[in-house]
Amino acid sequence: MVTKSLYQEVILDHNRKPRNYGKLDYASHHAVGHNPLCGDRLDITLQLENDQINNIAFEGESCAICKASASMMTAAVKGRSRLDAEILIHEFRELATGKLDIDHPHHLGRLTIFSGIRDLPTRVKCAILPWHTLQAALNSIDNASTENNDSAQAVSSKL
Amino acid sequence: MDSVDVSLKSEAFSDLDWEKIRADFPILKLKIDGKPLIYLDNAASSQMPQQVIDRLVRYQTTQHANINRAVHYLSEVATMEYHKARCRLQQFINAREDREIIFTSGTTDSINLVMHGYGRKFIKAGDEIILTTLEHHSNIVPWQMLANEKGAKIRVVPINDKGELEVDEYEKLFNERTKFVGLIHVSNALGTINPIKRMIDFAHQHGVPVLIDGAQAAPHIIVDVQALDCDFYAFSAHKLCGPTGVGILYGKAALLEAMQPFKGGGDMIASVSFEKTTYNTIPHKFEAGTPPIAAAIGFGAAIDYLMAIGIKSIAAYELALLDYATECLNEIPGVRIIGTAAEKTAVISFTIDGIHPHDIGTILNQDGIAVRTGHHCAQPVMQRFKVPATSRASFAFYNRKTEVDALIAGIKTVQKVFL
Repeated sequence: MVTKSLYQEVILDHNRKPRNYGKLDYASHHAVGHNPLCGDRLDITLQLENDQINNIAFEGESCAICKASASMMTAAVKGRSRLDAEILIHEFRELATGKLDIDHPHHLGRLTIFSGIRDLPTRVKCAILPWHTLQAALNSIDNASTENNDSAQAVSSKL
Repeated sequence: MDSVDVSLKSEAFSDLDWEKIRADFPILKLKIDGKPLIYLDNAASSQMPQQVIDRLVRYQTTQHANINRAVHYLSEVATMEYHKARCRLQQFINAREDREIIFTSGTTDSINLVMHGYGRKFIKAGDEIILTTLEHHSNIVPWQMLANEKGAKIRVVPINDKGELEVDEYEKLFNERTKFVGLIHVSNALGTINPIKRMIDFAHQHGVPVLIDGAQAAPHIIVDVQALDCDFYAFSAHKLCGPTGVGILYGKAALLEAMQPFKGGGDMIASVSFEKTTYNTIPHKFEAGTPPIAAAIGFGAAIDYLMAIGIKSIAAYELALLDYATECLNEIPGVRIIGTAAEKTAVISFTIDGIHPHDIGTILNQDGIAVRTGHHCAQPVMQRFKVPATSRASFAFYNRKTEVDALIAGIKTVQKVFL
């Protein structure tokens, strides 16, 4: 059953005890993600130095899927290069929308736990929102939305 | 009639053969992942009985042509059937004349018609429009658009902790600048039945017309527009066991005649030249282009179906379901019902401590239970109760008491998953 596998212990664990939860006092990059369909809101702050993500945090109001995705995402990209993060963002989006063949080499590791989301089209956006927001933050865009896939075109200032 | 008659309540479950009525709805036999469908999202859209489906098929197979145009047989039949549907709607809400019923694409379209046809003609800079916290976005956004265009102002009636309008505050909002009132009859998010008769009377004492958004009321409450004396009343077919894509706007004939057209096109004109167009009489003035003929005829059939059961019986049965469900939900620790008005239709919005409504909806779906989760297009209501979203179970007369039990069991499963 899709839903059962989706609400696995690891997702519930990240929902109960989200990693990297909060807001960085000194952030070089910041973005707020919205899902206007459900009113979910996610705030991501990160420190990028020499193209490496030294620290990252998130906070906001969201469902378990979104919160667990954000928690696991921050754990996955912390200490990694911008390029690594961008590869993960791409692969996670492909995974959530059912376009990624998980039998082929990829970098997602335990994040493949979200593969079942592709069968729940109304929930795909919940899982993707943190990644979308991370990409906006890396590109110094303040506001990301699940309803605007062209957020890269928006412009804003770095913190 | 502001309230439903509750005297039948105790016998409601045995009043009519509800199981036989339920059997009219083929979709309720569906299985979702092997589990029987438990459809508790009726406030979003109701299901269609076989009688209405059959009517649509009969129209498409033996009666379809464009209306009000050709002299051939089919066109005359279709025109007549479309007109009969209008007359059914007239009877359903006890309008004085059939020309006071405008077919629209639904409640939203009806409200936009009033905004463009009445609002843009008569509302001016500095004027005030009164709305309530309970409004659906469809009765907020059009008026905001108008207010922005004209420099008018929106005033909002607050609600109390039970989700009831503060009518005293409503009355205090009136002044010489008040020019329009938009009022939801029944809250889609909470189920609150508003005391609209009293509110309409008060507005009329100040010479202010009132539009009632009846989308959530018409399926559950006997609506008599003459008794209410409302100026406009809007609702959609698909919440009344009819098809999507059609609804009505009731308007008092004198008001409709004074209004400007909303959409321009065929059928809404008496004559056209490039120098001057003369508009058709009502209701045609507001029905530009080919209307949703099949859907309107299906709407008429749905009204026939509902009137045969009786809105009064429907309301009593649904209230019995509501009381039972409310009682059961109140017994579950961690569950909070949002909206506890004294007068309610069978809608229960609720939250579960520590669990997001979308997770609740997804896990209930696993048991074949369909509820709505989200802000219900009523974000001001959510803000008032300081919740981002709720889960909402909304009942119809074809729901069973055992389906309430399944919902309660489903909620306990949700809590177990997140334990």
